Amino acid sequence: MADLKFSKDHEWVRLEGNVATVGITDHAQTALGDVVFVDLPEAGREVAAGEAIAVVESVKAASDVYAPVAGTIVESNGALADDPSLVNGAAQSDGWFFRIELSNPDELDGLMDAAAYQAFVDSQS
Amino acid sequence: MAEILSDSPLLETPLAPLHRELGGKMVPFAGYSMPVQYPAGILAEHLATRQGATLFDVSHMGQVELRGEGAAEALERLTPADVKILKPGRQKYGLLTTEAGGVLDDFMVANLGDRLFLVLNASRKDVDCAAIEAALPAGVTLHRMPDRALLAFQGPAAVPSLATLAPAVAALPFMGVAAAEIAGIPVLVSRSGYTGEDGVEISVAADRAEDLARTLLALPGASIAGLGARDSLRLEAGLCLYGNDIDETTSPVEAGLTWTVGKRRRTEWNFPGAERIREELDNGPKRLRVGILPEGRQPARAHTAIAVGGETVGEVTSGTFGPSLNGPCAMGYVAREHAADGTALELMVRGKAIPARVAATPFIPHRYAR
Repeated sequence: MADLKFSKDHEWVRLEGNVATVGITDHAQTALGDVVFVDLPEAGREVAAGEAIAVVESVKAASDVYAPVAGTIVESNGALADDPSLVNGAAQSDGWFFRIELSNPDELDGLMDAAAYQAFVDSQS
Repeated sequence: MAEILSDSPLLETPLAPLHRELGGKMVPFAGYSMPVQYPAGILAEHLATRQGATLFDVSHMGQVELRGEGAAEALERLTPADVKILKPGRQKYGLLTTEAGGVLDDFMVANLGDRLFLVLNASRKDVDCAAIEAALPAGVTLHRMPDRALLAFQGPAAVPSLATLAPAVAALPFMGVAAAEIAGIPVLVSRSGYTGEDGVEISVAADRAEDLARTLLALPGASIAGLGARDSLRLEAGLCLYGNDIDETTSPVEAGLTWTVGKRRRTEWNFPGAERIREELDNGPKRLRVGILPEGRQPARAHTAIAVGGETVGEVTSGTFGPSLNGPCAMGYVAREHAADGTALELMVRGKAIPARVAATPFIPHRYAR
């Protein structure tokens, strides 16, 4: 997990080359509860940092998922359509949401490391 | 779920320590701190209710008694229900109505022989009690029972397992009410609930509530469930939630609850809102509450606009993902010409039109005791 970065919107980001894989954090999936539906962005869509581009629905509520960095969507996780519960069972691995080709890699500097994110979560509870 | 938010501190039920011990996730609901779910989660708690037996704390609901000669007649001043016809040991569902023909609250009333016992919504109990007290004649008195807890024990295994401790409970018919003893604890049991399943609701002294809850949770196949599962269960069962699906703006006729208007009351027309209700019974209401099944898996939540051919024809009042249905379900109001089962609708979810259709409720068949 050391290579993951985290946003204040409770997303995680893993960078490989110029492509960032994005999902919601384990903390976020616990707060949401049982995930029953995920709406994901189409490949090729250009997104701005902070733009709401995906929706995750649990039995009790719907939440937006934001693009933590700007860029172009290269892939979404089709496995979530068949099995949304992957978000609960493997939030920070197989339950990833989408991959973004970064237009501005410097934006990653604004994200937190694991320790800083944990401190952020603790400060909110 | 409608939440009543205010600056006043949240109230707790007598089971608050048990909720904390069991890992309940507490949320504000109608002025109370209530468990929305436990570590098992809403999905598991919902399915456990349909398959076995689950315990819900519903002590936030109002419990009151009407005592004195003429109590049933007095209550009929506030409701179109036929209360006088209710035999001792029987309970019924009814609506308190407003002068404008809206719904002040929905409630349960039981005939306990020498008095009536009412269960009211937490968010409405103060409003209800004020309205009832204002209508009472001399000799009939309202008694609030803040020292009572209310537990719901629901699911196909609930009554069979409870009967090992209190055999008389198994003999209660649906909507039957009786005093009983469970493991030495005096209770008032009714064969009713809000899940669509067989089960009971148990009124118990607040200081015995935790004992009773632990006794029920120790029964084979029993587990705890929170308000989240209660909401998805009642919605699959097609049951209204006050504040979402019915309120002071919705009439009993629009809500599809005309069956709560007693036959005798339809000859007397002497209840609040009788004029509007009679007019709507004669000519049909402008809109109707309907069940709605969206296509796909995305739930449409309360306040989602409903359209036909691009034109708004109504609004979703409750919507969720139904765990037993394994798909989304909702209810809402549509203009009467679009209310027939099978009518194609569009639900405007986050700017996208999701196809849906009007569907009969309950979405999951009721399995009440006969």
